[in-house]
Amino acid sequence: MMGRTIFIDPGRCIGCQACVSACRECDSHRGKSMIHLDYTDEGHSVASLPTVCMHCEDPVAPCAEVCPADAILVTADGVVQQADTTRCIGCANCVNACPFGVPKIDLGAKLQLKCNLCYDRTAYGLAPMCATVCPTGALFYGTVEELQAERPGVQVADTFVFGETEVRTGVAMVVPAEKVRWPVPGGLPVVEINGKDVRR
Amino acid sequence: MTAEPRAAADRRTFIPLDPSLAPPGTRAFRDAGGIPADQWHADQNGETLVPTHCCFCGVQCGMYLRVDRGGKVFGVEPRNHDINRMRLCPKGINAYQQVNHPDRLTAPLMRCSRDEEFREVSWEEALDFTVAEVKRIQQTYGNDAFGLLGGASLFSEKTYLVGKFARVALKSRHVDYNGRLCMVSAAGANKLAFGIDRAGNPFSDILLTDCLLIAGSNVGECFPVMTQYVWGARDRGASLIVVDPRETAIARTADIHVALKPGTDSAFFTSVLNVVIAEGLTDENFLAAHTTGWEEVKAKAAEYPPSRSAKICGIPAEQIVQVARTFARAPKAMAWHARGIEHHSQGVENCLSVISLCAATGHIGKPGAGYGTLTGQGNGQGGREHGQKSDLLPGGRSIMNEEHRRQICEIWGIEESELPPAGTSMMEMVWQMQRREIRGLIGICNNPFVSLPNYRVVKEGYDATEFHAQFDFFLSETAANAHVVFPVTTWAEDEGVMANAEARVVKHNKAQDPPPGVRTDTWVMCELARRLGAGDKFDFPDSRAVFDELRIASAGTVNDYYGITYERLEETGGIAWPCPSTDHPGTPRLFEDGRTYHPDGRIHLQVVEWHPPMDPYDDEHPMSLTTGRTVAHFLSGNQTRRLGALVEQTPRPWAEIHPSHGFRNGEPVRIVTRRGSEVFPALVTEAIRPDTVFVPYHWPVPTAANALTIDALDPRSKIPEYKVCACRIEHADRIDEVPAPPVAPGHVAYPETQVSRTDPLPPTSPQGRGTSERS
Repeated sequence: MMGRTIFIDPGRCIGCQACVSACRECDSHRGKSMIHLDYTDEGHSVASLPTVCMHCEDPVAPCAEVCPADAILVTADGVVQQADTTRCIGCANCVNACPFGVPKIDLGAKLQLKCNLCYDRTAYGLAPMCATVCPTGALFYGTVEELQAERPGVQVADTFVFGETEVRTGVAMVVPAEKVRWPVPGGLPVVEINGKDVRR
Repeated sequence: MTAEPRAAADRRTFIPLDPSLAPPGTRAFRDAGGIPADQWHADQNGETLVPTHCCFCGVQCGMYLRVDRGGKVFGVEPRNHDINRMRLCPKGINAYQQVNHPDRLTAPLMRCSRDEEFREVSWEEALDFTVAEVKRIQQTYGNDAFGLLGGASLFSEKTYLVGKFARVALKSRHVDYNGRLCMVSAAGANKLAFGIDRAGNPFSDILLTDCLLIAGSNVGECFPVMTQYVWGARDRGASLIVVDPRETAIARTADIHVALKPGTDSAFFTSVLNVVIAEGLTDENFLAAHTTGWEEVKAKAAEYPPSRSAKICGIPAEQIVQVARTFARAPKAMAWHARGIEHHSQGVENCLSVISLCAATGHIGKPGAGYGTLTGQGNGQGGREHGQKSDLLPGGRSIMNEEHRRQICEIWGIEESELPPAGTSMMEMVWQMQRREIRGLIGICNNPFVSLPNYRVVKEGYDATEFHAQFDFFLSETAANAHVVFPVTTWAEDEGVMANAEARVVKHNKAQDPPPGVRTDTWVMCELARRLGAGDKFDFPDSRAVFDELRIASAGTVNDYYGITYERLEETGGIAWPCPSTDHPGTPRLFEDGRTYHPDGRIHLQVVEWHPPMDPYDDEHPMSLTTGRTVAHFLSGNQTRRLGALVEQTPRPWAEIHPSHGFRNGEPVRIVTRRGSEVFPALVTEAIRPDTVFVPYHWPVPTAANALTIDALDPRSKIPEYKVCACRIEHADRIDEVPAPPVAPGHVAYPETQVSRTDPLPPTSPQGRGTSERS
């Protein structure tokens, strides 16, 4: 997990979509939101969950791995950038490779679009726009230590399993304490909680 | 947790050409001292940031408006203000889009009769016509035949002017405001019990409490930024009790969610008090030292054992016991409520029953212990403090009190005989319009065609007026009924103060000049007053001049603003009243010395008797219709229904129904009440009681919840009973019976981002909140 990153806490999400509106206001994607808001228990509860790019670390960004045009670059501190517009050919390989369903293709422009962890803001020491405004703290930006100082006992996961494949991500999810061995909301079985393997 | 070195992927790694030029976003750059978030000055492109507050709800989040080199507002930046600490909700994020919206009115509109089309006219012509009509109506039918309806989104300076304009320039008793639809039940209850009309504690006290009771407040959607305080309390281990017929986002994570039947709140709270007494959990020392009326309240509570209230409320009796124990045993407990318990014909009683519970358990006037009301409108609190309400004069003085009348007449420079008596409430004024007792009306910053109950009556009332003028910056449904529409400024084009739900006075700053042709509400009121012959009493060049008179007019009252100045507000980020002198720090928390604002310093507990809602259930109308807000829209939607992102987030209303009725999601259903019927798409979810249906109210006819609600009023606060009326639900035959909501003419959609992977999503999620992106 990179140093300062986003932590997603579905237990706090109220589905207000402030993150979606804020993402639209971010200068790097002005007018377009790169966040999904999903309802995980439709018809039964109002539970909701924001999804930002998880900035995969291992394997290195599947979207970047499969990009035939080498358009998706990863910065030294692990931010998976959106596709370079001078290289992107709009083939949607990245869309199909991403296990979290994050990248989008602007079909009109034939270009990929994706959360880049608000590079335009983090460059100046600001939190990404979505995590800055999130009224509930369902999106938190900082280090895991800062998160734990604010929310004592919080447990986070940054390793998820998809079938046979484990993915370690730069962005982490908060896991309800009593559910460390259960899938986090969203249905992704967790492999590690706070760095400990929870499969055994 | 330490990240392993990543697998080699050099060809994909972004490598800066010159490492000394630390590229934006890298850890090296941040370690080298990135700019702290709260010192962010976005001046790279020549833009400036103007510190101000959100124009919407009573939380009053701090924000910066981004202003370009040309002096135009073009964006928003979160602000690290005490209240919201950078957080914003979707309404706040999109609010700036109103300022230069293509729908803005930029010239006065006028017509001589409602059969004509509006034409753009000069300010001279619009003002002269208005003044001529005021004089004609008042000379023919008397001064009280002309009324004024203000708004709680106005700055306090303007609400002060509304009250003064009605009484001094119009010389009419009929002035009221749309805060009458907001928190007047709580205001009435607080005044009765504590002698002061405001929340007892600041928001920050929520972080200190051990038990938080939230009654009738969908905090997650109506006050999203408040959830950071709720979750903060939860992080400390506080228990959360939510009383709401719906499983809202807050209720979902509560320790106890009491899903009671709408309209039964006081029976529930009195029964909780019954258990507190029966189990010996009362704080007798506190009751003896600080209250009056306890014996009577105790005797009444004995009539509400859990078995009785459980039947009334439709909940298990054990839940009442559980709530009583959790709340009373907590070392520090707080109760926050909102429209859910206030929008009732027994709204004042509901609030009083909560106050009795807090007092009986001794949870008053301490850090982390007390009560509060979440205000719906930005200045719902401040809007009534300085004379905009029909029975109040500036400083919260009573218009019926001779001493208070004399004090204000002295400040205003008029004879006491010239000051009219109390008028009637907003809904009663509409009834008077219907009966042609009020023949002319000026509306400022309100939209009763959507926000008042029983639309048919409202339409008849307004149609019956001989003259109607409206101040607004968009042509609202109500303004479209007017003879004259004055184009006025938005909150970003003027300066002034608002008091938020904590009674913290905050200052809004001007971010841009108004468009050509647009004037401030202050200028328009002063100009009308001058033409009505009261110019010498309305010599206010700007908001600051009005505020200085307001400070003097409030000095020495409970609502004392005297010590609050613009300069202090800019330095401190907000001061809670009472603040009697310029070196007084303000009063964030009340009753810390154990004294209330009654002369005897005690809490006057009041006996509460539950009665059924005003619209009776029968075989034809067996269910409860309840209304409320959705997170993307604000009040009548006149502002938010024009903003692309918010329209896309929640394009239309829906009817939230329990699956037991057999409807399918998205199926058209007809809601029938004694006022009429309308068709909505069904949103089938277990998150609502089976005997209740919920419809959000932000839209006009033909999808207006308020075409169905009842115009019954609480006898004391005169707040309408929005939150419960009898209804039935029927299958609507055809899908095209669900009318499309009217799209505001200037609605500008954001460009759609195409998504190639995901399937198209249904038009509304089960929560009815739309989806973030659609294919």
